[in-house]
Amino acid sequence: MNKLVNITIDGRKYQVHEGKNLVDAAKENGIYIPTLCHFHEVNPPLGTCRICTVVVNNKTTTSCTTKVYEGMEVEINTPELQDTRKAIIEMLFAEGNHFCPSCEKSGNCDMQNLAYDMGITVSRFPHVYSNKVVDFNSDRMIMESNRCILCKRCVEEVKTKEGMDVFSFVNRGVKTRVHIDYDEEAKLTDAEALHAMNLCPVGAILVKGMIYEQPFGDRKYDIVGKDKEAPKREGTKKRSDENKFIVATTSLAGCFGCHMSLLDIDTEILDVLEIVEFNKSPLTDIKKFSKRCDIGLIEGGCANSENIEVLKEFRKKCDILIGFGECAIMGGIPAMRNFVPLKECLEEAYIHGLTGEIGANVIPNHEDIPKLLNNVYPCNEIVKIDYYIPGCPPNASHIWKVVKNILLNEEYSITHEEFKYD
Amino acid sequence: MANLEQALQRTSLMDVLWDIQKKRRYISHDDKTKIAKEFNISRMELEGVISFYHFFHRKNAGKYTIYLNCSTISKLHHYQAVKEAFEEEIGIKIGNVTPDKLFGFFKTSCIGLSDQESSALINFYPFTNLTPAKAKTIISKLRDGHPLESLCDIPKDNIQYRPEEDDKTVFFKTYKPGKALKKLKDYRPDDVIELVKNSKLSGRGGAFFPTGIKWQFCKDNIADQKYIICNADEGEPGTFKDRVLMNNHPGLLLEGMAMAGYAVGATEGTIYLRAEYFYLKEKLEETINDFNKNGLLGKNILGIEGFDFKVNVHMGAGAYICGEETALIASMEGKRGEPTTKEFFPVEKGFLGKPTVVNNVETLCAVPRILEMGLEKYLKIGTNATPGTKLLSVSGDCKKPGVYEIEWGMKLKDFLDLIEAKDPHYILFNGFAGEFLSSVDFDREISGENLLAEHIQFSFNDPIEYSRKMSGVGLRSGGSFMVFNSTRDLLSILKNITKFFVAESCGICVPCRTGNFLLNKKINKIMLCHADKSDLDEIKEWSTIIKQSSRCGLGKTSTNCLLTAMLKFPGEFQKCLLAESDFNQAFKLEKAVEDYDNIIHEIESSYE
Repeated sequence: MNKLVNITIDGRKYQVHEGKNLVDAAKENGIYIPTLCHFHEVNPPLGTCRICTVVVNNKTTTSCTTKVYEGMEVEINTPELQDTRKAIIEMLFAEGNHFCPSCEKSGNCDMQNLAYDMGITVSRFPHVYSNKVVDFNSDRMIMESNRCILCKRCVEEVKTKEGMDVFSFVNRGVKTRVHIDYDEEAKLTDAEALHAMNLCPVGAILVKGMIYEQPFGDRKYDIVGKDKEAPKREGTKKRSDENKFIVATTSLAGCFGCHMSLLDIDTEILDVLEIVEFNKSPLTDIKKFSKRCDIGLIEGGCANSENIEVLKEFRKKCDILIGFGECAIMGGIPAMRNFVPLKECLEEAYIHGLTGEIGANVIPNHEDIPKLLNNVYPCNEIVKIDYYIPGCPPNASHIWKVVKNILLNEEYSITHEEFKYD
Repeated sequence: MANLEQALQRTSLMDVLWDIQKKRRYISHDDKTKIAKEFNISRMELEGVISFYHFFHRKNAGKYTIYLNCSTISKLHHYQAVKEAFEEEIGIKIGNVTPDKLFGFFKTSCIGLSDQESSALINFYPFTNLTPAKAKTIISKLRDGHPLESLCDIPKDNIQYRPEEDDKTVFFKTYKPGKALKKLKDYRPDDVIELVKNSKLSGRGGAFFPTGIKWQFCKDNIADQKYIICNADEGEPGTFKDRVLMNNHPGLLLEGMAMAGYAVGATEGTIYLRAEYFYLKEKLEETINDFNKNGLLGKNILGIEGFDFKVNVHMGAGAYICGEETALIASMEGKRGEPTTKEFFPVEKGFLGKPTVVNNVETLCAVPRILEMGLEKYLKIGTNATPGTKLLSVSGDCKKPGVYEIEWGMKLKDFLDLIEAKDPHYILFNGFAGEFLSSVDFDREISGENLLAEHIQFSFNDPIEYSRKMSGVGLRSGGSFMVFNSTRDLLSILKNITKFFVAESCGICVPCRTGNFLLNKKINKIMLCHADKSDLDEIKEWSTIIKQSSRCGLGKTSTNCLLTAMLKFPGEFQKCLLAESDFNQAFKLEKAVEDYDNIIHEIESSYE
């Protein structure tokens, strides 16, 4: 451990202690390698998430499982590797259900933070909408498998005093789950149980009653990285021969919160109106397209046949479509009904629900009422979406910056604060 | 020390589970509680082990458990009809058990009988060349109480070819027990390693790691105990040469293992036999007994002082990933067969933390032959980089499926003539983890000459550049050779492949677990003709990501077939593509509102 060795990282030479883990060796020299499953207490390293993938002597490997040695040549920040890492995080988002706005762990979640860091706005992979069992059986813990990323931290780290495993991998392949052994779990102390929850890099392991101990806003990742900037993105030039650009907006299956956020720029809206004219939009109450638009802003996903019709109409009438807000991007809160059969949803809403009219026993149906879809779909599963603005809701200045940037072909960057929503 | 005892006990876990599975037909809740207590592990950990293996059941799998091979080759030989015949005869759909628990009917991936498809295992007794009529007969006879032993087939060896002269043949010639082993008297352990190094023998399972170097590493690691493991988990679809080798010359394998033990200083050897080959277990154990009796195994073998070696057989339980050496070791230790991060190689810390050599059946069988015929003669066979012969398992659209022992260096087109393939259009070379070959490759030779680094080999985008750069490059295969004629549907073959990897990924790393799952969905999209060009680009991009970042060889190779198929047969993909469009054609409104329509219809009809 004492001997110094020479290694090269992205073309620059460094001296580090031999045998040191590459993640730590890089960190000492100010080079950040993103990690997720890696956890300093677990040895040997887990190497399950593959996010710290780097190239060592022309071979791809993970840095958490690599120890430095003399003459090692490492590539960390090539565009290809950065994209691979980003893709792995996106895979995890697509594989599980990561509804951050409704997750207890938001702000303390390692994966959420990594996604912010990498500037992930949307997953390139189609959402699976996994429907795994949420296990409430244990007296103390909840195991939300839909959020579990199978990092194996809990399996390796959490043991009873007798050395028995509390968490175990069960099944294999895409069906692999972490299950709790209830008997062994009962033997843990409260502190050990809390440790398990904190160890979980996502919101899969929760300790009942301890979930909201720390308020949102004061959490681990709420403070760090306030000054981080999201990656810059190049704009697309649009025509500028007309006097004003024409913008349409709509809210599909959403809460209109994104539209509310649109108005939050207050008097700056006057500046916006200098260059922009609204066509079909709830803001103008214009119901039908009267001309072709440059940009269409879509809030919400698609929950019924009318949403589909409107979305397709927007695709036809607008040159560029921007999905804004989580619902448009991945279905958001409405998509949480994807795990409940449609019939149960309707019955809950109209018959058994506490908020229904007393004595109500009819599920309304009429040819004028749009038909509900079997699932709530993200907009990009129906039509091509050109840009995404994440957030729940996205910040007003963020939305307008994106719109202006696309229209005027300016480069832009957004601050971490604008980009981060917990 | 307490820990070690516990770990030692744990190695018998798989045997215990097999006993219960065979006797009770499943592992019950009470069994699990009892076993967990005996092995001092948590119940859920045990659950994790049981659920990892395909052949362990947690619900009754029927008195007769039928596993029908669903691998791509069986689909060329009445798979569908056989499946339907079974379903009809026993009255349940595949994946179920009859209410009286008499029959359980399940799918399984390649069972190493590709040259005699369709095939099935019933309580691990083999049934080959199935037809719908044969399937019905089997079931009715079983109902009448005929014993399985009397009904099952004896898998044919189908050794179709070996070099004409004995001098050019390594494996399939007369074998005399102990002949090679006796020669060890003149060799010190170092001499054996030197001999193996000079023979350029390399891992015949498909990884081609130099065997001599592996042995050297293991020898150099000082330990009180070392192990030799024979990897007989021949799981690569389309491979069955190890089955034939073990059936023909089980003694040769034992000699090879003993030699490896002698060379590296190990006194214990294990044959990790895949569960699909249960019917070979008895033969192997009989041979081991004979060897023990005749002093070819045991203590001071052939009078050589201190040359002790014993061999046992360990059964796998249905997991392709256990062909990966670290996963295999984990499995032998009674754990889930998950590959390690390779912080240590098995030659450093392997089975129970001791230096371990894991070699393929064919590799181990080659060693006594090299010793027997002498290095000089051996090096005269084959090519410079790959001396000797290679066993290939041939299946698919050809007249003579079976095992071929060919000299390295044979041209692919000559080999195709040899197997009498009339219209070889798609060649799946080296199994599902291998690559697709087309007529561009016919002039290449089957050898390890002029190989390119793997990341170059799978990075071609342009077919012309590919054929220019690859023309002189040798083709190396672990043993699987599947050939398909031009009437076969490439996309269904690819679908079978991606499905296989979804089922067989251990699930521990993200790119392999999720990536293959998502790729499988893409193939569906293409097959439904909903894809456009951007989907093909995405497949390439995603495949590369999976390849780059997966934890073990399974993920790193799982997309090779797909990538090479796209390169060599672009037309097969293009004919399914849509024109590029802003609208996703896969989304169908009628389908999406179907549930709603049904619910409303139900409500309305209740009014009436």
